[in-house]
Amino acid sequence: MRKVYHKIIKISGNVITVEAEGAAYNELAEVTSARGVSLAQVIRLDGNQVSLQVFAGARGISTGDQIRFLGREMTVSGSDALLGRVFNGRGVPRDNRPEVTDDATAIGTPSVNPAKRIIPRNMIRTNIPMIDVFNTLVESQKLPIFSVAGEPYNELLARIALQAEVDVIILGGMGLKYDDYLIFKRTLDEHGALSRTVMFIHTAADPVVECLLVPDMSLAVAESYALKGKRVLVLLTDMTNFADALKEIAVTMEQIPATRGYPGDLYSQLAGRYEKAVDFDSAGSITILAVTTMPGDDVTHPVPDNTGYITEGQFYLKGGRIEPFGSLSRLKQQVNGRTRSDHRAIMDAMIRLFSDYRSTLEKQSMGFRMSAWDEKLLKYGKRFENEMMDLSVNISLENALDLGWEILADCFDRNEVGIKTDLIEEYWPEKA
Amino acid sequence: MTQEKILEPVVGVNGNMITVEYSGRIMQNEVAYAAVGDARIKCEVIRVRGKYADLQVFESTNGLKVGDMVEFTGELLSVELGPGLLTQVYDGLQNPLPLLAEKSGFFLQRGIYLRALDREKLWHFTPIAQAGDKVIPGDRIGFVMEGVVKHYIMIPMRWQGEFIIDSITAEGDYTIDDCMAQVKNAAGEISKVTMTQHWPVKIPIADYAEKLLPETPLITCQRTIDTFFPVATGGTFCTPGPFGAGKTVLQHAISQNAEADVVVIAACGERAGEVVEILREYPDLTDPRTGRSLMDRSIIICNTSSMPVSAREASVYTAVTLAEYYRQMGLNTLLLADSTSRWAQALREMSGRLEEIPGEEAFPAYLESLIASFYERAGLVRLRSGETGSITIGGSVSPAGGNFEEPVTQATLKVVGAFLGLSRERSDARRYPAIHPLDSWSKYPSIVDKKQLDYARGILHRGSEVNQMMKVIGEEGTAMDDFIVYLKSEFLDYTYLQQNTFDAIDGATPAERQRSMFNDVYEVLQTPFTFDDKEEARKFFLKLRQLFTDRNYMAMDGDEYREQSETIKNTISGGSRKDA
Repeated sequence: MRKVYHKIIKISGNVITVEAEGAAYNELAEVTSARGVSLAQVIRLDGNQVSLQVFAGARGISTGDQIRFLGREMTVSGSDALLGRVFNGRGVPRDNRPEVTDDATAIGTPSVNPAKRIIPRNMIRTNIPMIDVFNTLVESQKLPIFSVAGEPYNELLARIALQAEVDVIILGGMGLKYDDYLIFKRTLDEHGALSRTVMFIHTAADPVVECLLVPDMSLAVAESYALKGKRVLVLLTDMTNFADALKEIAVTMEQIPATRGYPGDLYSQLAGRYEKAVDFDSAGSITILAVTTMPGDDVTHPVPDNTGYITEGQFYLKGGRIEPFGSLSRLKQQVNGRTRSDHRAIMDAMIRLFSDYRSTLEKQSMGFRMSAWDEKLLKYGKRFENEMMDLSVNISLENALDLGWEILADCFDRNEVGIKTDLIEEYWPEKA
Repeated sequence: MTQEKILEPVVGVNGNMITVEYSGRIMQNEVAYAAVGDARIKCEVIRVRGKYADLQVFESTNGLKVGDMVEFTGELLSVELGPGLLTQVYDGLQNPLPLLAEKSGFFLQRGIYLRALDREKLWHFTPIAQAGDKVIPGDRIGFVMEGVVKHYIMIPMRWQGEFIIDSITAEGDYTIDDCMAQVKNAAGEISKVTMTQHWPVKIPIADYAEKLLPETPLITCQRTIDTFFPVATGGTFCTPGPFGAGKTVLQHAISQNAEADVVVIAACGERAGEVVEILREYPDLTDPRTGRSLMDRSIIICNTSSMPVSAREASVYTAVTLAEYYRQMGLNTLLLADSTSRWAQALREMSGRLEEIPGEEAFPAYLESLIASFYERAGLVRLRSGETGSITIGGSVSPAGGNFEEPVTQATLKVVGAFLGLSRERSDARRYPAIHPLDSWSKYPSIVDKKQLDYARGILHRGSEVNQMMKVIGEEGTAMDDFIVYLKSEFLDYTYLQQNTFDAIDGATPAERQRSMFNDVYEVLQTPFTFDDKEEARKFFLKLRQLFTDRNYMAMDGDEYREQSETIKNTISGGSRKDA
């Protein structure tokens, strides 16, 4: 029988400090208060003073409440019974169905040995030209969608999830609006994907500490599926809420903040989650797509900034379109050399010209006369925006490449596009 | 020296830092092991205060309790040096990762420490010293061949005093632990010399006659670097840049093409995926200088972002110590650290846990001096044997928000000899490598003529000014001469500065080809073309650009290349004849 402790000497934010013996770092405990029983986790040991973060929040906890250490760390089930189910951040069912406890694995497992990873090789087709042609998504990639409130990022996330050929989808919602959760659920249901989906949902109304667990729970489940050879896609929305929850705990613990109140280990914390994306040598894979909302559309804000350094690129969603500038898929080189011989050339040339188009737009807005070259760029830019960038465009990679040549030939002469001559000869469409 | 085990109890755990109450003798930076259940996890003393010592833990502290015992070793954090380091992949504490994978599978289990070098492998030893020779630490007594590297076996550099060789082992095949020589010190005590030795990573190996001024360029086959912002053998450089600007791609290109004997890559706090690319691809790539696999000259230290933070702090020191060891063989080594910002962040995390008074952006106040002393471990030296050896250090920096004003970039700029600043603006426009041609600088001599280079730089500057001006007054308001300067600067950018890393030919331009290319580009730059209107000028330069770009992808010794060069010549003179 484990000993029960009563001496709570400090309650601050969602962290309580209790005098106790023999508690282990990161161990779980049960706090019994007038509000019921809540889980808590040890986050600091200092002599006999043990600090714990309380998942349900410290509100309503009294100095005389009971604390019982459980002698184990947080676990989650990795069994197939999870498919089609919805849980909260602590792994408790949200869907009024029974708990799943078999096949329990610890969350926040150690890092994968780099020697056991393989180079990602498989393209994930989305039929969105801005992704397939310009910033190809690759299996086992970790990629955030940088966006601001009001943009259709959750819709984009859902669309990619449904189009991607994966075995299991895991949705981790952090600070999600309840409506958004319902929309996700409905969209997945309509496309018959619910039965291969596991959801860990923390809504904006739930205690903030639970939010911290969502990525670890989602990724631990993803890992156990991937080790069984499944290709898993993990969707995390929104990681900025996760970072804010970290900040809240750090400030409560009186840690010295690094930038804008965020703790100095924000990079390592985010990396610890994103790095779970993996293509296992002789097993399955985990691909992570996450939403990071940028406060004030500021990409230099600590959360998007640290994320950008960790992830393998980012999709920059702005004005309902994936922006070609700022968007990047670092892994595209792994696959776009093997799709079609003109893929890289089209990708580079069209973006370069689009960048020139943007400067021409600036000139135009200042009222300068447009040269013949400017006119060409303007025509090109319009077509590019309408036929490539628009999110409603739904065409295969090959069709998108053909369309690219068609647009280039329509707007420019052969030697104006900066593509190697042999490719021009092979692909340049003859004008009718 | 047999010591009693010093065991002290844990009294506090705060993330990856533990506090121990001690009664015995404790050394700063001493290595200790904390017992958690069955596992023993490695720690290092980082502060001693009163009766408490703070230790950083190199692994997860999960499960650690107050009262758990910590065993002190009396040793500083060290690495093992000897034949077999090349081709290895280590974590920040010199654990061989492939072996670890065999032992513990997919995940990095804590508390497993393996020997860095293969103790079974036989090396063919050839003695060069004789019994009766007087030797001091660092002196060579023989060598083994490690691939193409002549790997000298030395009297351990950590030893002190003078020795006389008592006996030396005959030529033959031995393992690293076999005795290669017995030496006697002044007091007549006999010690055994094997092929290996240990060295504490945080102390530089200073066993050389003198440090020399680095002046010869280290050819990286990257045109922007070698021609415009050269790096010297034994010099230092940094590549700061916002995320996605191509820091890592550039570092990989340098590590593949640089003309160094040994390349140590420290993947410090970055993505595991990048290391995987190196691990899987380098064995199949050939080093053009030796014809062998690129892996044969590489050592990879890999402490990626999700691996323990304290080991990340140690990893750059581990890397530079290995580089110093090969420098002692009279070799030119190149150390690439990606990224030093993650290392600085590891320092910041620990400083925060120690509750030190924070400096700018919460980095510790001693950040600058640590960065400076790290880069100072680079250099060209004359060894006591008369040979020269060098370490060139290239560190990438990942400034928060892409802002170069932040402390890590600023501290780095103070101590490096070349600054290759990557810009978001250039990478957005897909102008790779995104090294900014106006902001970057180098204090080292270039491979091309300085006058011509200054002229080319002038064109870039004026071209950029004209471009700015055109944004204000429009193209029609720009004078023809200015417009041509602008076109020339764009031409130089497209055909020379931009380079396709993923192409076998364009991706690596040897020094000879760079000189020849630069001459051609220079000719275009200084030819006074005249045109009837701007449209004609633009067309002409676009054509020229296409000819040059196509040639960049042709092998230099082929007929195709010669023909293309001929066409280029004619086109240039065709353009300038109009002038007459």
